[in-house]
Amino acid sequence: MHSFGYRLNGLLTFAVTILALMCVIASLSDNLNIPSPSAEIQIMNINWFQKQPKGSDEVILTMNISADLQSLFTWNTKQVFIFVAAEYETRKNSLNQVSLWDAIIPAKERAKFWIRSSNKYRFVDHGKNLRGKEFNLTLHWHVMPKTGKMFADKIVMSGYSLPEEYI
Amino acid sequence: MDWQGQKLAEQIMQVMLLVFAVVSFGAGYVLGSFQMMMLVYAGGVTLTALITIPNWPFFNRHPLKWLDPSEAEKHPKPQVAVSSKKKSSKK
Repeated sequence: MHSFGYRLNGLLTFAVTILALMCVIASLSDNLNIPSPSAEIQIMNINWFQKQPKGSDEVILTMNISADLQSLFTWNTKQVFIFVAAEYETRKNSLNQVSLWDAIIPAKERAKFWIRSSNKYRFVDHGKNLRGKEFNLTLHWHVMPKTGKMFADKIVMSGYSLPEEYI
Repeated sequence: MDWQGQKLAEQIMQVMLLVFAVVSFGAGYVLGSFQMMMLVYAGGVTLTALITIPNWPFFNRHPLKWLDPSEAEKHPKPQVAVSSKKKSSKK
């Protein structure tokens, strides 16, 4: 510690190294949190169910999404990204996932909500397989931390189906 | 700063930073506020810098005893060996 600059450099380097360690421990502390989220989605109405001019099926529907995701938030959470996906099986693909709606929850207070909305993104199939199709609606979430590891999980809700004929 | 002072400054710096790291993490975790942790830690780093970096008098309690110039003349500096090598090459 021979001179002013030498001591300043030593102090700053040590301080930043310790800060990195603190961030690692903060991220590890997220594992102590055991979340218990809940969600429910109702399909209020199928507004549109037709073949597109080029040939693939398209659906427009209105959903009522309600969820309580407050237990996902920790002190190290910056925001939670959620999206709703429709999942179904066809002859061509064993799993089709179509994202219908998403949102960013910036704070714990906003994590308990309900919203009625039509699908933000188009529900289009690879082909004409949707008539009478049974599908699951899955709510996925990504818990984005302020520092460290991101956690992702989902709730699968099954039992939804499309009409047998085009509307 | 003298040698003892330098060692003391380094020890104080390391201990203080570690203590502030623990305290700020604890405060942030208990209060559930990441921002609180960062603020307390930043304050701690600044405080440590103020205590250990400038040349405070208490770091200079064992000053080195430099010899007087007259005393130094009685103990001449040893000759560098280059001159003897030059003599041998001239031969």
